[in-house]
Amino acid sequence: MLPESSRHRIRVTVNGQVYEREVEARLLLSDFLRYELGLTGTHVGCEHGVCGACTVQLDGQPVRSCLMFAVQADGREIRTVEGLAPDEERLHPIQEAFWEAHGLQCGFCTPGFLMTVEAFLRENPDPTDEEIREAISGNLCRCTGYVNIIKAVRLAAEKLRAGR
Amino acid sequence: MATRYFGQPIKRNEDPRLLRGRGLYVDDVQLPGMLHMALVRSPYARARIRRIDTSKALAAPGVVAVITHADLPANLQGPLPPLIPHPTLKHHKTQFALAPGQVRHAGEAVAAVVAESRYAAEDAAELVEVEYEPLPAVVDMEKALEPGSPLVHEDIGTNVAAHYTQVVGDVEKAFAEADLVFEEVFRPDRGQAQPMETRGVVAVYDRNLETLTIWDSTQAPIRIRSGLAELYGMRANQVRVIAPNVGGGFGPKIMMFYPEEVLVPWLAMKLGRPVKYIEDRREHFFATNQERDQVHRVQVAVRKDGTILGIKDVFLYDTGAYIPYGLIIPIVASCTLPGPYKIPNYHAEFKAVFTNKTICSPYRGAGRPHGVFVMERIINRIAEELGIDRVEVRRRNLIQPDEFPYDVGLIYQDNAPLRYDSGNYPGLLDKLLKLIEYDQWPARKEQYRKEGRYVGLGLALYVEGTGVGPYEGARVHVEPSGKVWVATGVGTQGQSHQTTFAQIVAEELGVRVEDVEVVTGDTGAFHWGTGTFASRAAVVAGNAVALAARDVKAKALEVAANLLEASVEDLELADGQVRVKGAPQRAVSLGQVAVAANPLRGTIPPGQEPGLEAARYFNPPQSAFSAGGHAAIIEVDPATGMIKILKYAVVHDCGRLINPMVVEGQIHGGVAQGIGGSFYERLVFDENGQLLTTTFMDFLIPTAMEVPDIVIDHQETPSPLNPLGVKGAGEAGVIPVPALFVDAIEDAFSGYGLRFREVPLDPNRLRQALAEAGVPGAGSTAA
Repeated sequence: MLPESSRHRIRVTVNGQVYEREVEARLLLSDFLRYELGLTGTHVGCEHGVCGACTVQLDGQPVRSCLMFAVQADGREIRTVEGLAPDEERLHPIQEAFWEAHGLQCGFCTPGFLMTVEAFLRENPDPTDEEIREAISGNLCRCTGYVNIIKAVRLAAEKLRAGR
Repeated sequence: MATRYFGQPIKRNEDPRLLRGRGLYVDDVQLPGMLHMALVRSPYARARIRRIDTSKALAAPGVVAVITHADLPANLQGPLPPLIPHPTLKHHKTQFALAPGQVRHAGEAVAAVVAESRYAAEDAAELVEVEYEPLPAVVDMEKALEPGSPLVHEDIGTNVAAHYTQVVGDVEKAFAEADLVFEEVFRPDRGQAQPMETRGVVAVYDRNLETLTIWDSTQAPIRIRSGLAELYGMRANQVRVIAPNVGGGFGPKIMMFYPEEVLVPWLAMKLGRPVKYIEDRREHFFATNQERDQVHRVQVAVRKDGTILGIKDVFLYDTGAYIPYGLIIPIVASCTLPGPYKIPNYHAEFKAVFTNKTICSPYRGAGRPHGVFVMERIINRIAEELGIDRVEVRRRNLIQPDEFPYDVGLIYQDNAPLRYDSGNYPGLLDKLLKLIEYDQWPARKEQYRKEGRYVGLGLALYVEGTGVGPYEGARVHVEPSGKVWVATGVGTQGQSHQTTFAQIVAEELGVRVEDVEVVTGDTGAFHWGTGTFASRAAVVAGNAVALAARDVKAKALEVAANLLEASVEDLELADGQVRVKGAPQRAVSLGQVAVAANPLRGTIPPGQEPGLEAARYFNPPQSAFSAGGHAAIIEVDPATGMIKILKYAVVHDCGRLINPMVVEGQIHGGVAQGIGGSFYERLVFDENGQLLTTTFMDFLIPTAMEVPDIVIDHQETPSPLNPLGVKGAGEAGVIPVPALFVDAIEDAFSGYGLRFREVPLDPNRLRQALAEAGVPGAGSTAA
């Protein structure tokens, strides 16, 4: 018989809101966000850390939420796609850019791209196309061929610089 | 009225929700009391099941049920229904919900475990004990035909599911009269679509209402609904299937049925609780349908001026362990081979062969890339043999613009004649040569060679049958608010139907695109249709939407004529109003017209149906044929076998464009999948039929580092076969990529006598071939 997984109480800040939950030690962070907190914008594409669909930000840095346990996020701050737009009326400039440049089709990989790109453009506000390609090379998209995603990141960088 | 919406690059209606993370994909459906299913899958490609012991799994924490074939009701024990029959498909063997005593491919479902959480279900699945008697597996389709080969289905005494031949003209005579005859063998290998979302099903049964609701990541919700109702002995209107947001489809998400699609709803009814199944990526590799392996032996008869007299193509199609989808792929491959060229005498023959591998069904292109690969390789061989430029050989064989409609002489996948409706192939070729600057290529290539760089130019042309029937429908409904609600049966997996269909309606009714809400893929909203496949949605459903919108427009004018006391001829629809031409202040809003068409009391004219609403269907008489050409300049590093695409150009003709931004997005994605399938992605099976590539670290989907920028030019040759003049675009991007890819690499090493007959060419294969050909600096194979 398999041993029962131990349970732990964790306290995590997600998109500015504090959550306290008791979770199994083996619960993946992606499953915690999706099923415990109902934040289903974070998608799970491969569960082995390659596709990047589950990318969220942990203390501001993009991470694969399928490669972390929820208990590892105890005391940390997480940002998901649901935390990007400032309010119900407006989108984040990166979201606007993806909309305008047709940077998404089925939309499944999109939240992961957005969280990767948001962190990237904070570090590199005026990237070259090669830098953009490299920055998003850890996120797989099967619909767009990346052409319009690259365009969207370029446009997002312009929007963010203009708004600064 | 000037076009304001049709043909414009309008931003998508579906995006704001998706960008906020508010899409609803199947795995986002969370229901109270929901159970989770995990499957026990066969570790063997071919084996007898001697014994299954579920007792330990049943005793595991959180487990509610463990089901094997013996536990299924009679209606779920037999083979699942065949999808598309064909007179030559003698042995239409289909898959099972759970394996009945024998497994025929690794990964086939053997038992289902249902538990309170997915974690618990997966734990317990490990505890199901299955005793197998492994049997020798049939892995290679050519060996499958040898006498004494093991049989995938012993009861039929053969591994051949079908043998089909189509002949045009007199092939023997063509070969007798030819100046040049040659033979080649081509082997496109196995690949897989790999949408970013795996498959999933959630079902809940309401015992009071006696209704079954299913969320399914399918491309064909209506057919799933009808099929399940039949299988379970229910009325169709007791079953509602919703394909919510689907995270990419590309073909394999249309099957009817994957085992999980049958098991999950049945378990939900049996257990009285909602049940969810979400496939993991590893399962997706062997449990979701694959495609692409064929072996073509082709003979060609040519005149010395390069014109083709005849082609005899005899090929094998590996269908895997079962053949639920029938012969669509090999028929499409046969019918796509002639492409834009005149082939007066053509013998197309294939055998569909069973092997102990995952089932094959259409993946974006569905046989088209194979046909194009063979044809375009043939053209290049002719050019080499006769010393004529490869573009000139193409030009000499092209169908001319004044030859439409052009009858190829074959019967297509829809059982209608393969007759090209319209096109301008020399026009496409000219545009393509201009985009890739073909006239400057010889000088550039020489310059590259001087620099010690191996750079080649490849190009390929194709014709794509799109928009197959039988029909699709749509209902257009104007709300009292003036907003328009459109429902149609075709689901969407990212193709932008919520926008392109809205553009069609906006154009007809003079409303804003964002005021048109399009609902797709919910049998509760519209329950006639077949599904999203074969580049057909814009053509078939799009025209149904247009016809319904035109009916709504006619009715709006009639009702408004009464309200405005004007005659219909004097009215126009614009800015969400019906108004008098030249007197825009005399107007009523479409919302007011909708209210007037559906009054609470009073009378409406005899014969007039209530509401501002219409439903229409479009039944295309045959396919509409898109066409295109791709060209690329590719550099190869002989030391590593790695490549870099320096330029990629596409010319595309899908008739009238509804939204060029969307069409270009479809092309980009197709090209990326084509690049993957040409160089990076391969499914590797060992001699026992074990799939060795089951992660994204083994099966390399291109990233942004591998896909180049893509230059696109359009040509618009409207289809005369439908009111909108549109043709399909969904699969186009992928079709010519393997052909031009190999062409470019051969060109880069011209003079070394390299001839590639297989795709994908991975870096190792390429490096080895270069070393064998004596290319300086080419790395030798690892010892």
